Amino acid sequence: MTAITPTASSPSLLARARAWLRDSQIPPVYGILVIIFIAAILLDAVFGIDDQLFIFNQTILTNILVRSVALGIVAVGQTFVMLGASIDLSVAYMISVTAVGASYLMAGDPGRVWWTVLVLFGVGLLVGLVNGLLVGRLKINALIATLGIGLILRGLLNATFENFAGSVPASFQSFAYDTIGPLPISVLVLFLVVLAGWFVLRRTKYGAHLYAVGGSEEVARLSGLRTGRVLVVAHMICSATAVLTGLFVVSRLRAGAPWVGTDGLYDLESIAATVIGGTALSGGKGGVWGTLAGVLIFSILDTMFNQIGIDAYMKQILRGAIIILAVGFYTFRSRAEQG
Amino acid sequence: MTQITANTAIEESLGARAWRWVRAVNPVYLIALALLVWVGIRNPVFFQPDNFLTFLQRATPLMILTAGQVFVLVSGGFDLSVGSVVTSTVIIGAILANNDPNATWWVILALLLGGFIVGLVNGAVTTFLKVPSLIATLGMLLIAKGIGLFWSGGAPRGYLPDNFRMWGRGGIEGLFGLQDFPYAVIVLVVFGVGYWLLLHRLNYGRQLLALGDNPRAARLSGVNVNLVRISAFVICSMTAVVAGVLLGGRGGVSIEAGTGLEMQSIAAAVLGGTMLLGGRGSIPAAMTGALALELLFTLLNLMGLPKPLRDAVQGLIIIGAVAYTAYSTRRTR
Repeated sequence: MTAITPTASSPSLLARARAWLRDSQIPPVYGILVIIFIAAILLDAVFGIDDQLFIFNQTILTNILVRSVALGIVAVGQTFVMLGASIDLSVAYMISVTAVGASYLMAGDPGRVWWTVLVLFGVGLLVGLVNGLLVGRLKINALIATLGIGLILRGLLNATFENFAGSVPASFQSFAYDTIGPLPISVLVLFLVVLAGWFVLRRTKYGAHLYAVGGSEEVARLSGLRTGRVLVVAHMICSATAVLTGLFVVSRLRAGAPWVGTDGLYDLESIAATVIGGTALSGGKGGVWGTLAGVLIFSILDTMFNQIGIDAYMKQILRGAIIILAVGFYTFRSRAEQG
Repeated sequence: MTQITANTAIEESLGARAWRWVRAVNPVYLIALALLVWVGIRNPVFFQPDNFLTFLQRATPLMILTAGQVFVLVSGGFDLSVGSVVTSTVIIGAILANNDPNATWWVILALLLGGFIVGLVNGAVTTFLKVPSLIATLGMLLIAKGIGLFWSGGAPRGYLPDNFRMWGRGGIEGLFGLQDFPYAVIVLVVFGVGYWLLLHRLNYGRQLLALGDNPRAARLSGVNVNLVRISAFVICSMTAVVAGVLLGGRGGVSIEAGTGLEMQSIAAAVLGGTMLLGGRGSIPAAMTGALALELLFTLLNLMGLPKPLRDAVQGLIIIGAVAYTAYSTRRTR
């Protein structure tokens, strides 16, 4: 590859580094991640409200990772549907349903954990199936279909529960709080989910089909793919990741309330993290590693804002601006017409 | 095609002809009509002029918001920031006016200017940075609400003076022999007619639809696509400010004033046959879609459903109606 590039005959170190980066298939978002990480360290050094830099504080570093778990898991699922040129606005409600369902059904009894988890994944897959059928078979616009399903979930949940209900047993909380050596279990789970997502997308036939459907549904259908079925599976995967996120959230909180998913803005933030990670809204381009970087960017920013003591609402303003700028960072060069 | 249908039409039964006519009408009008009749049956006094106008007054903010959203939707974009703009309009309006009736006019002007800036930023980010509008306006959703809450410290403070609130809840006494003719309904008519003219009768509307249909073709045929696209976002955001003034008038100051309106306005527009990703849409149909949603809320309320279940039914209906629209447009194509 380097032999082909004209500068290869006498490459400077910089040019060689750039060529290596281009060939390595590392998503460009990792560049933003590094920049933001360095910026966070500098800002912390100048404006930090305590003496210690956060990069020397293992608790804070671990916290950045743990903060990424909830959003990260569901963002992997969101990446799947978005690669198929679909979208899922119901994940936040699915997370609420899972969190409330888990603490209500487990009712503090360790013996009920396993079947509760199975039931919840069953519900999640069912919701994903319905989403997928509405989008893939009935051809309803995904934004509207999943919003409608989200409203139905929210309505049913709020009609049944008004507040925190039940609790999960202490043993279940080890999902959120236990560590293996220095590494929290939850971070390990996130890593495994990303790895599994990468494997399915890049190493299986299904992954190739999903990219094909997202790239051009028409072409995929004409080349013999059952495009509807591919989308249904993507939506089922997405809802299942929402269930896993819900389980993590409830194991941290000990009990679920109907608002935990929506207050976490998991729907919009999972979409934002996926897009910042380089997955195209129009589908067919991107991947889960980029999404992971997008999620890490959010957690680093959150941590830095806390370190320099920024007002909660100012945080929200900056967050919005950063979402726009981060996506603009690599869309502004593209010449394609956008909607 | 027309030849065949014309021939068969002669032999068609009356029922079949009526059914074909029904299918040709935009389904949103039938949905709205059915809901209207249903509400009328449940509550016979609904059609008394005063009651009906009060209902229209309540429906106005969503209806004009939807009309504004249509401009962005037919251009091929989305505006997710309208709900936040409504919320911030109410919060910031209350802080700026602070119950001083003399301040009302410049406060409303300042708010409109704020809406203009929000729309300009949405449009510029979408056009020049080429950020997909879903993401650009999602960022603006956080920013606009953040500014309102940052300014107010997170809780509503200040008051809206009466001559600010009259737009949302007041009316002209004795007009057309009615007790109270709501100002909001006048706003509704002005915006409805104005936007209908703008989108369906003026060159600007044609350019906007062309842009949504195929940006490249529009550009090549001489449309100033950047200007047209940005202006669509500006129209949408400024309409959201107007809706915010009306909602603040009716409901008072609340940090939840605009919650959920972005999705309601998009759903209403889609209910009215507006095509997401651009190219097709109609102001009257979209506004009727918003009216149908408001009728649905009224109906579910009359039926005594608790609020959460109303959400669920709303979700079901939106899916059902959009599925039907998608199905019937596929057939006619």
